[in-house]
Amino acid sequence: MIPDMQSANGHFIQLENVTKVYQMGTVQVHALQGVSLAVQQGEYVAVMGASGSGKSTLMNMIGLLDRPTSGSYRIRGTEASQLSKRRLADLRNREIGFVFQQFNLLARISAHRQVELPLFYAGISSRKGREMAHQALALVGLAERANHRPEELSGGEQQRVAIARALVNQPGLLLADEPTGALDSKTGDEVLDLIDRLQAQGLTVIVVTHDPQVAQRAQRVITLSDGKVISDEENGKKLARWVMEVGHETD
Amino acid sequence: MRLIRYLRVALESITAHKLRAILTMLGIIIGVAAVLTTMGIGRGAAANITQRIQSQGTNLLSISPGASSVGGLSGGAGSASTLTVGDAKALQDLTLHPSLALVAPEYGANARLVVGDTNTQNQVTGVTADYAQVRNLEVASGRFLTPTDSEGQSRVAVLGSELAGDLFGGGNPVGLSVRINGEPYQVIGVLEETGGFGRTSPDMQAYIPLEVAQGRLFNAPRYRGDYTVSSINVQVVSEDRVDEAQSQIETTLRLRHNLRADQENDFNIFDQASLLETVADISQSLTIFLGAIGAISLLVGGIGIMNIMLVSVTERTREIGLRRAVGAHDQDILLQFLVEALVLCFIGGLIGVGLAYGVAALFARIPALTFNVVIQPDSLALALSFSLLAGLVFGIYPAMRATQLDPIEALRSE
Repeated sequence: MIPDMQSANGHFIQLENVTKVYQMGTVQVHALQGVSLAVQQGEYVAVMGASGSGKSTLMNMIGLLDRPTSGSYRIRGTEASQLSKRRLADLRNREIGFVFQQFNLLARISAHRQVELPLFYAGISSRKGREMAHQALALVGLAERANHRPEELSGGEQQRVAIARALVNQPGLLLADEPTGALDSKTGDEVLDLIDRLQAQGLTVIVVTHDPQVAQRAQRVITLSDGKVISDEENGKKLARWVMEVGHETD
Repeated sequence: MRLIRYLRVALESITAHKLRAILTMLGIIIGVAAVLTTMGIGRGAAANITQRIQSQGTNLLSISPGASSVGGLSGGAGSASTLTVGDAKALQDLTLHPSLALVAPEYGANARLVVGDTNTQNQVTGVTADYAQVRNLEVASGRFLTPTDSEGQSRVAVLGSELAGDLFGGGNPVGLSVRINGEPYQVIGVLEETGGFGRTSPDMQAYIPLEVAQGRLFNAPRYRGDYTVSSINVQVVSEDRVDEAQSQIETTLRLRHNLRADQENDFNIFDQASLLETVADISQSLTIFLGAIGAISLLVGGIGIMNIMLVSVTERTREIGLRRAVGAHDQDILLQFLVEALVLCFIGGLIGVGLAYGVAALFARIPALTFNVVIQPDSLALALSFSLLAGLVFGIYPAMRATQLDPIEALRSE
């Protein structure tokens, strides 16, 4: 279900010297200070860092919820740093599937309707939407629970509904922010297994986390500190070292 | 087409948060019900009064004695009656007064009525046979007075329905005797209930032959040899000849009363049509006034909607953030909240309409109320369009607030 189209240079997303400055009263906060990185189609990347490191800002930037103060951000070849709010919303709808720590499902509405939500904003007809939502729920193994409301589902099931919602419009990128943060380790593992499977089918995945256990599953770990990338390495020994050096500070 | 999908989203959100929806609608429900009931009461009361006046016939004129001026001195209205049986007889000349159909003089005063131990003080009115027709009185049992009763000076009485009940209980009094100021009168008939109220209602009166009332019962004052009357009821041939009838009566009476051109009438002519117009004017003002009070409650209800919608926008910050994240535009968020407000107001308006009908049904069950709450289609349309307008006016601000939320902040909020 993942389109194999790629941008000319082969990167799915590409950030070049991206900065973000917030004005907090009279104080300027430099949340990102010249971040450059590129993620290939189908890659599995973890973004780590302590709170205040800029990882949330980076996630918002990648997720097209925010625009950089300077620098360039291309997603599938489209320069997104200067787009209007409206164009950003459309691009977000098409290219990015969000998964949040708190699931962010709408109260008292069936799983099926939750999953249809992005299709509503994509302007897809409700008949076609029903079919697509059904497929997405089947993909996360919840086809039988389509008519259940969030309060009738377990935490793990709720997060799987959220993943189905993220994938229903067939985006190129799954952007997960602490996807297991609100789950116990067993259901957390199940959710991560699901993400692994989806990635294996060709989906690009970026997980923002401070949990080394979660980051361990990624092929590549990007570490931020003070708005800068301090390491960008293939997973393996480096991660173990990171746990030794930084892990105890954040946990 | 897209609007229908927003409607679905709105309905979903409303059913998912029923308590919040009911609280939001409450102001509109009460406002619409208030507008409809108050306007309904105004209209019902007006219709009741109008119908009562019409039941007496809109082609009815009533002549009563007015200010008499004797030797240049003007007395107060009704100070000394110059209206006599002779005047009534003169008006009965149909060649001079072609527009008059029936002329029925009356002379009434209070008298003591006694049946056994029952003892009441009531209006007793002396009338002629035509009186029943002129005043639209129907006989329930027995008969009304006839010319023979007048000629024979018979001591007979026709009782109003309520008076008959007061004096004789539930039984049929026809053929029985009632003492009026000490003298026995035979009851020859009982009238149908007219629904009027007060001591002057036909239901509370006894009718006896005019000559008997003026002579032996009350010994009415005389004017130039004729007995005076309390008033003369005149039925005009048709409603459109009321003006003509008035001027004919005026000419005859002024002539008979020897009034000079510079003197004012010593009698008054009341006509039901102009009374009806006055009532219509008053009732319209009343309806507008009551409607305005209802509209104020609708306004307050609308402000209530705005308050709860504003709270709801804050409460639903995360939802808005999520909708943003999955691709909602400003316009989508705006429409969602606006359509939701409109749907809430419309449903609230419908419930308010239902409530108003409930109140109307309740009013109809109160026997003491002589009128119904009249809810008309135009006030329904008015109330519903007002509630939709309230939804639009008071929904737009919260909806705009919702669009102004920063999606990042919105997603972060707890």
